[in-house]
Amino acid sequence: MRNRSAITPVLRGVTLTAHRHEVICILGSSGSGKSTLLRCLNLLEVPNRGRMWALGERLKLREAVNGRGGAVLDRRQIQRVRASLGMVFQSFNLWPHRTILENVAEGPTHVLRQPRREAIGVAEQYLAQVGLADRRHHYPRHLSGGQQQRAGIARALAMEPAVLLFDEPTSALDPELTGEVLKVIRSLAEEGRTMLLVTHEIAFAREVSTRAAFMHDGKIEEEGPSQRLFLDPASERLRRFLQSHY
Amino acid sequence: MNGFAIQFLHGLSMTVLVAAVSGVLGTAVGLAGAASKLSAYRIPMWLAEIYTTVIRGVPELLVILLIYFGGTAAITFVIGRYVEISALSAGVIALTVVFGAYSTEIFRGAILSIPRGQWEAASSIGLKSWQIWLLVILPQMVRVALPAFCNLWISLLKDTALISVVGLTDIMRVAFVGAGSMRAPLTFYLAASALYLLLTSLSLLAFRMIEQHFVVPGQLR
Repeated sequence: MRNRSAITPVLRGVTLTAHRHEVICILGSSGSGKSTLLRCLNLLEVPNRGRMWALGERLKLREAVNGRGGAVLDRRQIQRVRASLGMVFQSFNLWPHRTILENVAEGPTHVLRQPRREAIGVAEQYLAQVGLADRRHHYPRHLSGGQQQRAGIARALAMEPAVLLFDEPTSALDPELTGEVLKVIRSLAEEGRTMLLVTHEIAFAREVSTRAAFMHDGKIEEEGPSQRLFLDPASERLRRFLQSHY
Repeated sequence: MNGFAIQFLHGLSMTVLVAAVSGVLGTAVGLAGAASKLSAYRIPMWLAEIYTTVIRGVPELLVILLIYFGGTAAITFVIGRYVEISALSAGVIALTVVFGAYSTEIFRGAILSIPRGQWEAASSIGLKSWQIWLLVILPQMVRVALPAFCNLWISLLKDTALISVVGLTDIMRVAFVGAGSMRAPLTFYLAASALYLLLTSLSLLAFRMIEQHFVVPGQLR
């Protein structure tokens, strides 16, 4: 898969496969293309070239030609795929004009078309799971960053996604708030959920992931089972990256 | 003078009718214009750009005259015999076109003020574009657009005075005729001013209430 921003290619020939129940974490320094990779997966950014499969479906994409970027050919398909890939954003992106209960219930109501009462039930259940049951009628602005991110996770979970995508979920948080969010992510990993996690929290990544990929300059420099990759990296660059982060 | 009270009432209802209809239609045009300007496709973007540039660049009075006489010419040409466009529809169309051009810019600014992440979060759960507009974008842009939109509405209310040039009997027309026939210009123009002031004050009050409805708890007002 290749992706090009206006100026320079961001991803250059990346191949990555995620199997069920895997927790894959994607490491790399800033600008290595790890967030772009994640955003390409649910087509918030459309790669210029390449092939993608999600849940056994080949995604219908148009390759870039003559200065026109790649594009989605079948919007219905992409909407269906997005609904089954839960995304958690670095900056939470909760809707400020809705309470967090409404934020979480929006997907079940309008995408999964569940009856209102059922959707509220689902939303309450997931807000309870991330420890926000008593805050459900609060607006995002009245919550701390950690609480907002946990609400963001609940919003993704309420869609019952097959895969969860985390795009640096703790990077916008104060250090004392990252713990509560990591705790939620860890419990999701223990449930056996399939997850892709872009993060700078190396110690955490090592602990929860089954597989890890290290990106550099738009390519996957090294990929493998976490146990091996973190203990005995083959690439010199990864070795240095890991050393500088401990 | 008493006979003119009835006349003024008719004029008032005509002013309100023209303003309300062109306000509603113009808002729809403005939303479409803003969406076109922000669209990824070039043709609607350019069309919207030409539309707002031309309309905002020409005096409103001229737009009204051009649509009144141009509209008559166009219909005559299409049908093949002389048909005059009614003053009412010419006035409504002209003010709709003007209102749409200015509100396009207001809505465009309001939409641009909504962070990209809001769209991304909405599309990431699989919402369709129209659902994103309805559930996420519109409720947030209303708050941003309201102050400028209220300004525009008030200026539309007063611009309706211009349609009297094509013969519509609005407040302004009644005042003009009365002032001439009763030889009491000050009285009639003061009465007309009071009526416009009444309409704009009521509008301000209504917008205050709408604004409060769209306040997001915890957000700066």
